[in-house]
Amino acid sequence: MDIKILGPGCAKCKKVEKTVKKVVSETDSNAIVEKVTDLMEIATYGVISTPAVIVDGKLKCSGKVPGKNDIRKWLKS
Amino acid sequence: MQSSKNVKYTSEENPSFVKKKILMSMYAIFGATGIYLWWLLYIKLHGLSSWLTHELFQIEKGSHFGASIEFFFYDTPKVMMLLFLVVFGVGIIRSFFTPEKTSAILSGKSEFAGNILAALLGIVTPFCSCSAVPLFIGFVTAGVPLGVTFSFLIAAPMVNEIALGLLYALLGWEIAAIYMGTGLFIAVFAGWIIGKLGLEKYIEQWVKNINADAGAKSEIKITWHDRIVYGWDAVKEIIGRVWIYVILGIAIGAVIHGYIPEKVMASFMGNKSWWSVPLAVGMGIPMYSNAAGIIPVVEALLGKGAALGTVLAFMMSVIALSFPEMVILRKVLKPRLIGVFIGVVGGGILIVGYLFNLVI
Repeated sequence: MDIKILGPGCAKCKKVEKTVKKVVSETDSNAIVEKVTDLMEIATYGVISTPAVIVDGKLKCSGKVPGKNDIRKWLKS
Repeated sequence: MQSSKNVKYTSEENPSFVKKKILMSMYAIFGATGIYLWWLLYIKLHGLSSWLTHELFQIEKGSHFGASIEFFFYDTPKVMMLLFLVVFGVGIIRSFFTPEKTSAILSGKSEFAGNILAALLGIVTPFCSCSAVPLFIGFVTAGVPLGVTFSFLIAAPMVNEIALGLLYALLGWEIAAIYMGTGLFIAVFAGWIIGKLGLEKYIEQWVKNINADAGAKSEIKITWHDRIVYGWDAVKEIIGRVWIYVILGIAIGAVIHGYIPEKVMASFMGNKSWWSVPLAVGMGIPMYSNAAGIIPVVEALLGKGAALGTVLAFMMSVIALSFPEMVILRKVLKPRLIGVFIGVVGGGILIVGYLFNLVI
C-alpha cells in the first residue's frame, strides 16, 4: 500500500503526516508513507485544497485533518 | 447497542442505519441543551463583568481604568462565546462547499456573472491561505478565467464569515450587511478589472505547463456525522489559533474605550479630515490580525465616534491584504501581477471608505 500526503508544509499538513504515520505504526501495516511538498507535484494530482491524502492513487481526504478511525478504514481496504 | 422491540428493520433499515438515527437524535438533544445553557450564561455576562470589576476588584465606577477593565471582562467571554457558536455554524455550512466543487462551477464562466458568483462562493468555500497556491493552480487549469479566480481570492479573506457573524451579533445587521455588500463589491470589480487588463502573461510559466488530467480519483463521501465532526474540528482549530488575537484585540479595544477621548478620535478617524481614510488603509495593510481579533477594536472605535467609512477601510485592509499571503502567491504570480492585485484592492477599499464617510 502506498500513501501520499500532499501539503506545502503548513501546520495542518504536518499534523496529517504525524497522525497517518502513527496509525500505520500502530496497525503494523506495510504501507509506505510519503510526503509530497513540491507545489508543482501537488498540482499534477489535481488536488486543490491541502492537506490531502492519496491512498493507492485514490484521493481519500482533502482540505482537512482526517480522524484516526478514517485512516484505519483506509488501511484495511 | 441494539434496537428496542418496537423497531423493525426493513430491507434498508439495517442496524447501522438505526445506529445513525440514534446518533443523530443524540446530537439534536445535546445541541438543544447546549444552546439553552449557552444562552443562560450569555444573558448574565453584563452583570457578571460589572460585579467582577466593581465588587470583586473594587475599581471605582466612572474611572478610565474601570471603564477599560469592565469592557475587557465583558467582551472577552462574550466574543469567545459568540465565536464558538459562529465557528461551529459556519463549519457546518462550509462542509457543503468544497474548493473542488467551486472550481467546477466556475470553470468556463463568462466574465462579470462569473465574478459575482466567484465572490459569493469565496465567502462560503473553506479556504486557508496556505492552500492559496494549489487552489490558484486548480482554478486556472480547470479553465476558470484569471479575473474570476481573483474575485474568489479577494472575497475569500475579505468577506470573512466569522467577522460577519461577530459584526451581526455585536453591532447589528446593518453594519454586517454594509460590510458584506462592500466586500463583495470590491471583490467583483477588482476581479473584473484584473480580467480586463489581460494579465495572463504575468502568471509564472510552470503553472501553465501543468497537466492535471491524470489526477487522483476522488473517493470522498460525507455524512451528517462528518459535518458535525467538521464543525467541531473547526471550533478546536480556529479558536485554538485565534484566541490570542481576540484577547489582544479586546485589550486594545478596552484601552480605546477607557482612555481615548471622543474629541481626539473624531479629529483623526472622523469624517471631516480627508486623510483619515488613506491613513487607516496605510496602517491596516502591514498589520496582520485575523477577522475575529479586529472586531473588538472596530466595536470600540465605532463606540467612540470614529466614522464608519474610515473604520471599514481599516478593518478591510487588515483582513484582506496580508503580507504572508503575498509571499505565498509570489510562487505563482510575477511581481507585477501582485502589485496590480494590491493596487486594485487597496483602491477599492479607499473608495468604500470615502463613500461611507460621505453618505453617513
